Amino acid sequence: MIEAKNVSKSFGDNLVLDEVSVRFEPGKCNLIIGQSGSGKTVLMKCLVGLFEIDSGKVLYGDRVFSKMSFDEMKMIRQEIGMLFQGGALFDSMTVEENVMFPLSMFTNQTPAEKLERANFCLSRVKLENANKLFPAEISGGMKKRVAIARAIAMNPKYLFCDEPNSGLDPLTANVIDILISEITQEYNITTVVNTHDMNSVIEIGDRISYIHKGKLWWQGDNESILKSDNPELNEFVFATELTRKLK
Amino acid sequence: MVEIDNLGLDSVGIVAFISTFMGAVLCIQMAFNIDTPLVPLYTIGFVTRQSVVLEFSPTIISLILAGKVGSRVASELGTMRVTEQIDAIEIIGINPATYLIFPKVVAAVLVNPILILMSMMMAIFGGWLAGVTTGLVASSTYIYGIKAFFDSYDIVYAMIKTVVFAFLIVSISGYHGFYTKGGALEVGASSTKGVVHSSIAIIVFNLILTQLLLA
Ligand SMILES: Nc1ncnc2c1ncn2[C@@H]1O[C@H](COP(=O)(O)OP(=O)(O)O)[C@@H](O)[C@H]1O
Ligand SMILES: [Mg+2]
Repeated sequence: MIEAKNVSKSFGDNLVLDEVSVRFEPGKCNLIIGQSGSGKTVLMKCLVGLFEIDSGKVLYGDRVFSKMSFDEMKMIRQEIGMLFQGGALFDSMTVEENVMFPLSMFTNQTPAEKLERANFCLSRVKLENANKLFPAEISGGMKKRVAIARAIAMNPKYLFCDEPNSGLDPLTANVIDILISEITQEYNITTVVNTHDMNSVIEIGDRISYIHKGKLWWQGDNESILKSDNPELNEFVFATELTRKLK
Repeated sequence: MVEIDNLGLDSVGIVAFISTFMGAVLCIQMAFNIDTPLVPLYTIGFVTRQSVVLEFSPTIISLILAGKVGSRVASELGTMRVTEQIDAIEIIGINPATYLIFPKVVAAVLVNPILILMSMMMAIFGGWLAGVTTGLVASSTYIYGIKAFFDSYDIVYAMIKTVVFAFLIVSISGYHGFYTKGGALEVGASSTKGVVHSSIAIIVFNLILTQLLLA
């Protein structure tokens, strides 16, 4: 379980997160939703320590992460996998090397063992025969898959996905969503997903936190989100004709 | 090591080219400035060597490398920053600054002295080529000048400068690349800043080191 307690973060005088408190449960896809620029990425980066928080606490189980030094964080980071918005694959490495990279850094596995694990992760995301290609040579959807494979290489307990299906066609986006959801249940991972895509919300939203104006505005699941009477949330959820029809 | 390849071998061509031509120019200029028989002609070789060893190769070539290597380092790291590759390294639990910048510093500190030594040889050769083909100075006279009053401390001085400059180029441009904020435009800006600031640092440290080492 991951917990944020009264987390605030500002850049200069731009208050992005205002006393946000939220819990993320294991074995579930915990969604953070909100408009572009509402602070989803900032919240996620605060959770993993890429941004230092101004006040509040971040807890992993009963470990207070936000007070740790870089070396202490290292221990927890080995339990974290993260999928960045653009994939963030290392340009200078092949697909296979990208997936093996965390293993090379933190395990004593032989090259053959690492390769086996990489191949397993790549097959888990249904990506075979791309091992020797470079990130520049593969499509957006494939990049996301490689990034997922890299994120799960170390068998993480916590998985963070920042807009995993932005920039993908609806079909591929759905495949990625389902993949994340399956992996979450299979390995009982605490998964946190940032999205503004209503399809993902309906598809995989076990627990949903809506961020608005830097505050946690609403919480619920993909059933209750369609029935809520929160006006700001409704504005977000029913922004398109399609979702209005759903109601 | 990839970094040695990227930062060093890649620059051999440009360094050789510039050095040869600059050596040639230095030699011809010297020859035209000596129009009194009171100054022996081997002075051409001597002065060419001194200019090349003390100043031209370590400082001017380092400035060229600041442009070439500095922009490369800054834009590579800047791109990694804005595409979140640096975040990805950090999230894996590795200190990205150490992991990315340190090998580049090591590579430059190892490779630049070799490049600068090569530059010295090419420049002296360029001077010989120009002097002899234009008939301004005889081959043996030039070579006599090259060997005259040789003090190996000059090479030590040049190498110390080179190593310090190599460190400055990579750490300053690395810093600008690493702390890039924003997108593609800012990567360009970081690259420019990296080159400008490392060039300025080279010029300033050139004065400081010269004062310390030669005075
Ligand atoms: N590194 C940063 N420096 C300054 N401001 C930032 C930084 N990152 C994000 N912000 C600001 O935080 C706000 C929220 O951004 P973000 O979390 O990226 O939104 P999103 O919900 O679309 O992911 C924006 O106003 C953005 O300008
Ligand atoms: Mg975002």
